[in-house]
Amino acid sequence: MFAELFSIAYQFADVFAFLILSAAGLAIIFGMMGIINLAHGEFITCGIYVTVIGVQHGLPLPIAQALGALAAGLIGIVLERTVIYRLYDRPLDSILATWGISLIVTQGMLVTIGSTWPGIGTPAGSFQVGEYTFSTYRLWLFLAAVLVMAGLYLLYMKTSFGVLSRATIQNPRMARALGVRTPRIYAASFGIGAALAGLCGALYAPTMTLIPTMGVTFIVEAFVTVVVGGSNVLLGTVPAAVVLGVIRTALNAWQGQIIGQIGMLIAVILVIRVLPEGVSGWLARRSR
Amino acid sequence: MLSSLRHLNGPQTMGNGPAFWSGFAVLVVAALAYPLGFDPYDVGNAAYFLIWVFAALGLSLMWGYTGILSFGQMAFFGAAGYSYGVISINLDATGGLTLLSFATAVAVSALFAAVLGYFMIYGRVGGVYFGIVTFATTLALAAFMGQTAGPEWRIGSARFNGFNGMGGMPPLELPWFGGPVLLEGTVLYYAVLLLLLAVYLGLRVLVNGRFGNVLVAIREDPLRAELLGYDVRRYQLAVFVIGSALAGVSGALYTAWGQFITPATMGLPSAALPIIWVAFSGRGDLTATLLGTFMLLLGFQALTVYSQQYALILMGLLLLVTVLFVPAGFVAGFGRWLQGRARRLAARGA
Repeated sequence: MFAELFSIAYQFADVFAFLILSAAGLAIIFGMMGIINLAHGEFITCGIYVTVIGVQHGLPLPIAQALGALAAGLIGIVLERTVIYRLYDRPLDSILATWGISLIVTQGMLVTIGSTWPGIGTPAGSFQVGEYTFSTYRLWLFLAAVLVMAGLYLLYMKTSFGVLSRATIQNPRMARALGVRTPRIYAASFGIGAALAGLCGALYAPTMTLIPTMGVTFIVEAFVTVVVGGSNVLLGTVPAAVVLGVIRTALNAWQGQIIGQIGMLIAVILVIRVLPEGVSGWLARRSR
Repeated sequence: MLSSLRHLNGPQTMGNGPAFWSGFAVLVVAALAYPLGFDPYDVGNAAYFLIWVFAALGLSLMWGYTGILSFGQMAFFGAAGYSYGVISINLDATGGLTLLSFATAVAVSALFAAVLGYFMIYGRVGGVYFGIVTFATTLALAAFMGQTAGPEWRIGSARFNGFNGMGGMPPLELPWFGGPVLLEGTVLYYAVLLLLLAVYLGLRVLVNGRFGNVLVAIREDPLRAELLGYDVRRYQLAVFVIGSALAGVSGALYTAWGQFITPATMGLPSAALPIIWVAFSGRGDLTATLLGTFMLLLGFQALTVYSQQYALILMGLLLLVTVLFVPAGFVAGFGRWLQGRARRLAARGA
């Protein structure tokens, strides 16, 4: 009995971690700038490849993973300073621009490094509860998801960067008038979002087969979580991931992965009919 | 009926004068004469290009005229394509039944759009969210169809075949005196051309009439349109259904043309293509969308012969450049330049 319960909890933790990690970067960028980064999947892919190549050159896995996140973050800042900043008053066009970039990067990778790359194995072995075997690394992923959210909470609620960021979200013109360098805040936020996407890729790198188009495996979940969560990462993404995680775990166990994904999507379409601004919009309105 | 023809010209379309319509007539005659001088293979290929234009016109109506950016054109394309397969295979369709399958397939995609659109539009989901939800729906549908490989995934005698796609549906046939006529090669070209002409002119009448004026009012300022007493959601839903059904027309025609449809048509990068055509051409004008889409398809195929990846990289670059430097679109920009020149010439002559 305990083994079954543990198995359910483990599967939920697995889905929850996947939703949180894949959505965090997208949610930060959306929350700060109202922009949906359709190149999100390519930042994840960047994190994956940097990690794998790092490990294959003899780096320890955690350091390679940090490098993966860092690389994605730096590319994100460069992209913001060259392309995205021109499009802040045209959110729909910024989606299209990032889509163009995503297309260029994916196809460019197919041309330059080909369609396959040797992977690295999942570390940290496994453990047994009752008659079931579980991967230890998946628990680390859950811990990482919790840490990412805790880190974001500290960053946005306890640091001066967080105060300036929140001021910029609330009223960019007023913030600028009071001396906040909003372009820097935007660049930093885009960088943080990209780095979190890279981190997601880095963390999942050991568990996946490498192909340049693998970003797509993350983005449906990421988008869906952000739509349900709304524009506030701290208030929205976690409850959204819990709700979607429960739906997904139940459907996965009952009918398999694809039905899980489709069921989640249908749940989202039903949710936005009732909560068009997502969970965080609803919470914000209730607390007013 | 005839009185609505005066809406062929109006403020919502570029090209309203005699010069435009003369050029239009020349183009139509050239298109009608085209099969005479060319290889049937080339004619079939031209029909293939025309097939895609419906989806682009639908997107132009939604995005350019009403301001709803749907990333879901290929989802409706695929829904209609698979529906055509399922229906025509199960009916073992010939003659008029293939046309019935076609119409039903388009109706299925329209119904799908109505259901999805109801939840989004009546949930007041707009702008960016609308894009993401349609995008996620498209990708999920592609993933779903991709895993329908086993023999248990079937409707009647039509098997989905997972990633390899569904094949073996009959081509379209036109019932005619003395036996049905198979729509392929030159005949298909003419059929698609006439249908496209009808849809293009119909859309012109639609956008220049009262309905179109409301759409443009909604695009410019939904709140103001609502305060003026229009039920914005009804108009948006109607446009979403029409625009998506046009993608369905493309999908059903494509499936009947190649007797084949795969999940990859709905996935990435395919889902980005309609957006690129329409953005590059100029989403705010039907004529620009029609011409630009056709040109891009032609160029894309010419490049794909050498390398599909490079062709797609170029498409991505084109999208990026359009968004950054020519947001109104290249073809529409060129059209506006032509119009300005003509006006200046006329002013000088007078």
